[in-house]
Amino acid sequence: MTAPVYNFAYLDEQTKRMIRRAILKAIAIPGYQVPFASREMPMPYGWGTGGVQVTAAILGPQDVLKVIDQGSDDTTNAVSIRKFFTRTAGVRTTTATLEATVIQTRHRVPEAALSADQVLVYQVPIPEPLRFLEPRETETRRMHALSEYGLMHVKLYEDIARHGHIATAYAYPVQVASRYVMDPSPIPKFDNPKLSNCPALQLFGAGREKRIYAIPPYTRVTSLDFDDHPFEPYRHDASCELCAATDSYLDEVITDDQGNRMFVCSDTDYCEHRRALGHGPIAATQKEPADG
Amino acid sequence: MNDEPLLIAEGLTKYYGRRLGCRDASLELYEGEVMAVVGESGSGKTTLLQMLSTQIEPSAGRVLLYRMRDGSVQDLWTMSEPARRFLLRTDWGYVHQDPQLGLRMGVSAGGNVGERLMAVGQRHYGDIRATAADWLSRVEIPRSRIDNTPRTYSGGMRQRLQIARNLVTAPRLIFMDEPTGGLDVSVQARLLDLLRRIVAEMRIAAIIVTHDLAVARLLSNRIMVMKDGQVIEAGLTDQVLDDPHQPYTQLLVSSILPA
Ligand SMILES: Nc1ncnc2c1ncn2[C@@H]1O[C@H](COP(=O)(O)OP(=O)(O)OP(=O)(O)O)[C@@H](O)[C@H]1O
Ligand SMILES: [Mg+2]
Ligand SMILES: [Zn+2]
Repeated sequence: MTAPVYNFAYLDEQTKRMIRRAILKAIAIPGYQVPFASREMPMPYGWGTGGVQVTAAILGPQDVLKVIDQGSDDTTNAVSIRKFFTRTAGVRTTTATLEATVIQTRHRVPEAALSADQVLVYQVPIPEPLRFLEPRETETRRMHALSEYGLMHVKLYEDIARHGHIATAYAYPVQVASRYVMDPSPIPKFDNPKLSNCPALQLFGAGREKRIYAIPPYTRVTSLDFDDHPFEPYRHDASCELCAATDSYLDEVITDDQGNRMFVCSDTDYCEHRRALGHGPIAATQKEPADG
Repeated sequence: MNDEPLLIAEGLTKYYGRRLGCRDASLELYEGEVMAVVGESGSGKTTLLQMLSTQIEPSAGRVLLYRMRDGSVQDLWTMSEPARRFLLRTDWGYVHQDPQLGLRMGVSAGGNVGERLMAVGQRHYGDIRATAADWLSRVEIPRSRIDNTPRTYSGGMRQRLQIARNLVTAPRLIFMDEPTGGLDVSVQARLLDLLRRIVAEMRIAAIIVTHDLAVARLLSNRIMVMKDGQVIEAGLTDQVLDDPHQPYTQLLVSSILPA
């Protein structure tokens, strides 16, 4: 018996089935990195081929797709992935977090609370959180298998010894369901708390490294830390200059060649949504000059 | 102190393909006792040490029993892997001849010493650091070097750091493979002095591989002489070195310890 050959969302059905199997296994073992036979995609690895393959494998004709890159829907990367799926799957796309059923993301978790009928797909460059200190894959696998995670704390120890505090700001390691230690991909640690107990399914795809992992809905995710140096999500102590949000993750944007800067929401949809609701800038006079 | 052996090995044999590494080695080691394994290069010392510390599986002779802290005697090869690995990094130490194998060269000295503590679940940075600093002093490394990586350390300091990294969990048994190898004579003397003091203070049992009979004489209570993969003579160190029975041992003693 042969499967019908058609190319909804680019990948053939055989490949999608293989990827779905990896996804199911990943969901069954939260935080565990499942190897899969990553395919060549018509884009370079740095463009999130892992995330693209996961999205391709779960996308159905009824889905509404949103693609974000560092919080923004309109970077080249986000636009081209969105176009890719418009062309190959004909699905509807959106920039509105609340309308999307599948959200593929690089480096951010949306600010808006996600719901149980959404799936968040992360693009992952390096899936192995232990690689920093233990380059041997046979050894890191064994460490995961036996829950030998002392090494993760050595990494945090080094951070504190060097900087006086845990300086890791992105890809901050987490433990999923009190078992596997996982790299949440290079999201800011500000986003880490959103991973925990999230109603949406979270899938992680690493194309070059051929790994898929998952956080099932409503799973407890904790950020590693020390008793005397507890985990702290970080955001600039400022409000968005466009929508006055004080709870969103902020990007620092250089506004002219005098070095003037301003803080704006990194999640552009969140910012627009707030402005549409009538939230506006606080005062134009609060721009601070750059130091030096 | 308990008068049952801490470690019992019987008939340990290892072939690398067809080449003999070590044949039919047996020993009993008691708590707080220091055993030296001596012999020329290629005689099977490292092979024996690695079998005793479960780093390589013997080709034959699987009796390897260890008396745990709770007094129960465990067969190390039927123990689960997690339990054995836990034992290895808490109740045992292994000092490699090449410190690069026993240290994380890219991690600070404090991190190197603290790793075992974190591995057993310590989660207080300040406490871990204080313990690490304390251990650095005990092995005569200035506390001011705590945040430097071993890359910036001399050979002797690296070896002392390796020892601190192993001893921080207060193990009851430590394996050392040529701990003074490759060091200058004066540096060797200082390290030996340190080892002797620490082993005595902590009443830790040790198996020390060396091809230097002076090291064996200084540190060990008992000695095993190996040749061509076999133990050819064993006994109390002073007795064996003062009155060797085997011609090979006599040769060793006369050539290395001239009267
Ligand atoms: N991994 C290996 N593969 C093949 N042969 C090995 C291996 N390791 C050791 N051997 C052989 O086993 C024998 C014993 O080697 P071993 O390393 O145990 O000796 P040693 O007494 O520690 O020597 P040295 O003093 O040089 O360190 C030697 O003939 C050696 O060539
Ligand atoms: Mg050797
Ligand atoms: Zn905003």
